[in-house]
Amino acid sequence: MFCDQCREREAVIHLTQIVNEQVTTLHLCEKCAAEKGVESPGAVAKTPLGSFLAAMGKGTDLAPAPRSGEVCARCGGTFQDFRETGRLGCSDCYRSFEAPLRDLLRRLHGSTHHLGERYTERDPGAALAREQAAELRERLRLAVETEDFELAAEIRDRLRVLE
Amino acid sequence: MIDLSLLTDGGVGWLDASGPASHLVLSTRIRLARNLADHVFQGRTSETEREEILATVEGAARESVLLRRATRFRLDRLDRTDRQLLHERHLVSKELAGLDPDGRVRSGASLLVQDRIGVMLNEEDHLRIQGLHSGFALDAAYAEVDRLDAELGQRLAFAFHPEFGYLTSCPTNVGTGLRASVLIHLPGLVLTKEISKVLQGLAQVGLTHRGLYGEGSEVVGNFFQLSNQTTLGSSERELLDHLGKMVRQVMDYEEQARQVLVRDAPTVIEDKVWRAYGLLRYARSLSFDEAMNLLSGVRLGVGVGLIPDVAMYTLNKLLIYAQPAHLAVAEGLAPDDADLPLRRARFVRKVLESEVGRRG
Repeated sequence: MFCDQCREREAVIHLTQIVNEQVTTLHLCEKCAAEKGVESPGAVAKTPLGSFLAAMGKGTDLAPAPRSGEVCARCGGTFQDFRETGRLGCSDCYRSFEAPLRDLLRRLHGSTHHLGERYTERDPGAALAREQAAELRERLRLAVETEDFELAAEIRDRLRVLE
Repeated sequence: MIDLSLLTDGGVGWLDASGPASHLVLSTRIRLARNLADHVFQGRTSETEREEILATVEGAARESVLLRRATRFRLDRLDRTDRQLLHERHLVSKELAGLDPDGRVRSGASLLVQDRIGVMLNEEDHLRIQGLHSGFALDAAYAEVDRLDAELGQRLAFAFHPEFGYLTSCPTNVGTGLRASVLIHLPGLVLTKEISKVLQGLAQVGLTHRGLYGEGSEVVGNFFQLSNQTTLGSSERELLDHLGKMVRQVMDYEEQARQVLVRDAPTVIEDKVWRAYGLLRYARSLSFDEAMNLLSGVRLGVGVGLIPDVAMYTLNKLLIYAQPAHLAVAEGLAPDDADLPLRRARFVRKVLESEVGRRG
């Protein structure tokens, strides 16, 4: 039996719906079912995250999954770690595994765009100061390393003012 | 033993049934998940790093207005009964208290609490800013939590992504990081067997339900926690408005169901609520679940005007103090002591006797 939706692939999921006391049955292939947000019974997990991860594990081509062994440079976590634990390692993971996560967010929340309060707008001055301070600290480290103590003292004074 | 008297109202001010729609809604809780940009997420933190997170946030809290006088509890330094006590007061999650069957309390796990708001530290996310209000009070609860978020956000660097919003350890919380929950009592819908339809309807509009103790807990005493499922793609305002609208609708359904019960089965319902009252008033042994179910019956009786003279506050108080850890601490027993059901029955009898007076 072919899928009612694409009429190309084999139907593996049979979805019975009751709308206005009318019973209809849809026969769907795995891909079309996933697009409709229906999971095959084997993949149904308790949480939406669980079902998504299960679907990804089965190799449905929802998104280009990162090659195994691809590692987040900051925390050393892999996408496989995330699949196993359901937890990301650090905030940089959102950049390291951006493509599959974007897909996941779309499926979990129906969107990838944050429309709520924006943190950076709250106090841009402080964020800027923090960035400047980080840069100064790096320069201070270099100055000390190269034994340029005059420069180091100057940077330290500027850091004090900033902080 | 922890000293809960350090807290204003013992941290259970939300019990006083003073909030809007208190006859149906016990409490409104709002939490915001936040992480510090400079630290890896909780799954990868070391013990030292968790201490740093704690120190950083506590520093910011001391400078804030809303948490300046906060009481601190280090969950990792409390015994299991005390941790359970805080959990039963709805002040900490099961995860933070390390109460899951295979769970252990994480080092650095802490709670800062001042009046109705607080922060769980070293939970699944570095910070879980939370507020708990009496009755149905989404706006008031959010306003307070939002203020605290702003105060802390000025002093701490939160992990934020221009497109995805606030970054969280689990992608189910990303974006606003906001979860708003309303703890509502729905015996009418349960008795008329309409509840599953209502819960299915809520799932279709993006809301989820949990039991009395939130995530992963069973429904006891017909108490349901209704909350938003998604956190990304809508503003905080939209999430709250949507939840609020749906909760009001559920409240209407519940009132209708109660009217149907009183109209179509008056003797059945009258017998049911008075039977519940009678058992609570005179039973010699009560399990926690039985006590919760009977309290639910009495609460319904009070709600539809069949049982006069019992205050919602009395029922709320019983709901909290009849819980295993609360009772165990009050009675000087272990929470799994075989005598607990007897002590529970005695406690309930005593409270009803002194607060309700004699009824024939």
